[in-house]
Amino acid sequence: MTATTPDVATTAEKSKTPSKPFHWSRILVYGTLILAAIWFLLPVYLMLITGMKTYDQVNIATMWAFPNPISLDGFIQAWEKVAPNFKNSFVITVPAALISAVWGSINGYVFAKWKFPGSNIIFMLFLVGMFLPYQGVLIPLVFTLQKMGLYGKLTGVIFTHCVFGIPIAALMFRGYYAAIPNELIDASKIDGCGFWSIYRWILLPISFPAFAVVLIWQFTTIWNDYLIGLIVVSRPNLAPVNVAVKNLAGTYTTQWQVQMSGALIAALPTIIVYLLLGRFFMRGLLAGSLKG
Amino acid sequence: MRGDNLTAILVLVPAMIFVSIFIYAFIFYTFYVSTVKWPTLKPDFTFVGLQNYVRMFNDPRFRIDMRNLVLFAGGFMTQCIVIGFVLASLLDSKIKSEAVFRTIFVFPFAVSGIVTGVVWRWLMFPQAGLNQLLGLDSKWYTTPKWGILAVTIAASWQFAGYVMALYLAGLRGINAELKEAAAIDGASTWQLYRHIIIPLLAPVTFTVIVLTGMGSIRVFDIPAVLGTGAAFSTDMLAFHMFQLTFQSNRIALGAVIASVMIMLAALLVGPYLASLQLEDAQ
Repeated sequence: MTATTPDVATTAEKSKTPSKPFHWSRILVYGTLILAAIWFLLPVYLMLITGMKTYDQVNIATMWAFPNPISLDGFIQAWEKVAPNFKNSFVITVPAALISAVWGSINGYVFAKWKFPGSNIIFMLFLVGMFLPYQGVLIPLVFTLQKMGLYGKLTGVIFTHCVFGIPIAALMFRGYYAAIPNELIDASKIDGCGFWSIYRWILLPISFPAFAVVLIWQFTTIWNDYLIGLIVVSRPNLAPVNVAVKNLAGTYTTQWQVQMSGALIAALPTIIVYLLLGRFFMRGLLAGSLKG
Repeated sequence: MRGDNLTAILVLVPAMIFVSIFIYAFIFYTFYVSTVKWPTLKPDFTFVGLQNYVRMFNDPRFRIDMRNLVLFAGGFMTQCIVIGFVLASLLDSKIKSEAVFRTIFVFPFAVSGIVTGVVWRWLMFPQAGLNQLLGLDSKWYTTPKWGILAVTIAASWQFAGYVMALYLAGLRGINAELKEAAAIDGASTWQLYRHIIIPLLAPVTFTVIVLTGMGSIRVFDIPAVLGTGAAFSTDMLAFHMFQLTFQSNRIALGAVIASVMIMLAALLVGPYLASLQLEDAQ
């Protein structure tokens, strides 16, 4: 599945032929696309204009009016509230994404190139586990983390994300490594390369795209998580940013400029990653369609 | 050589241990807890059989949750499939600045459910929001009984672009000669879609149904922001489970909902993985 999924970005270029002569149906096509684009961007526009208003300007009657004067008070106020949580999210997300990528790379390597009797069954069991809703494991998770001394700590959140990231990371790397010809591996075995030297000298040097895909996927998933952060850490000052934004929306119910600014702050890192590295993000989307 | 094979197995052991404990053993434990008393924080492992289930199935809120699940899944799936398929088809018709549109359509998937919920609560605010912009008079998610359908609008905003990307990859995988041959045979665009493209994309549609179905079972963030609504009209299983277990400390009853969620997910995923397995074997 993963190895053969066409890369949307590159195949798009190939299929491009000189554009057809003008036709009224093209207006319909572009019109629909532009309407859809407005629909998808409307919430961002609303976040921006509301976030840049002062409290006095936030009024239900003039909700869609452009801010005048433009004010950053909402952002400053929201930032003061969520800055520690924003930092927590980085402390959680970066190590968790790195660990699951490295670990997933090695697991994927075994699943793709060192098949042993039963390895496909183990892989299937990993896949099944990936689909199940978190609610199914939350009760024992909390008790186990308490016993391990990880409950209520950021390390507990990191640990949980690493464990639940195992299947998806292994799946993505397995797909990537499966596309590498077995002859290459066999030849290096004859040359005397072992398990680790094949990984280190043959696979690792060409793994950059796969690492990029998995890191971006895990970064986005973990950054955007709400449930695990909510369950594992109970103290508000240790909560990740999405938990804080949810609480902000609960306390500042009429201060929409603070809510919208908070939401924008929480969304910014993943949006930036998406805009800068969209190509890898798209590949992750297709590979991760198993998870969703 | 032999040593290397052993290394390979050993390397996989930690992941196997973690998956078997944190996923499989935990699921069995949840099932087990759903059959014992455990009415408060204090563990009580007195076996009660299916009593908790009977109690839950007679619980009005749980019944509303199941009804909401059906409505949510229906609305969410329909919107994602229709919007995703239409946009993918349009993007596949040799569009200028395709990359720009694609980037815009997929971007909400990079945004969290909480952010989506917070923004859409403002957009669907009955006295303002879309009502004011479009001159509508909808109660959106505060509509008695049917508010859950408004929640699917926010969920689809976030997910339809992803579905579009899946369909677009599927469309790009269809042999261009096939389309040309159909055109030469005089097939209309409608016939081309009806008899060639839509059937060939059936596996993608199947994937989308499974993904949106899973999403409907576990959706938590957006309802957490929008709230359960009057008479639980926008409540969902995942949120009910959370409140029962972690706010009311009704551990066994929470485990019942969790078990129901796992069983529903297994019903969806089982056939899907079996079909993937078949594809692999071929």
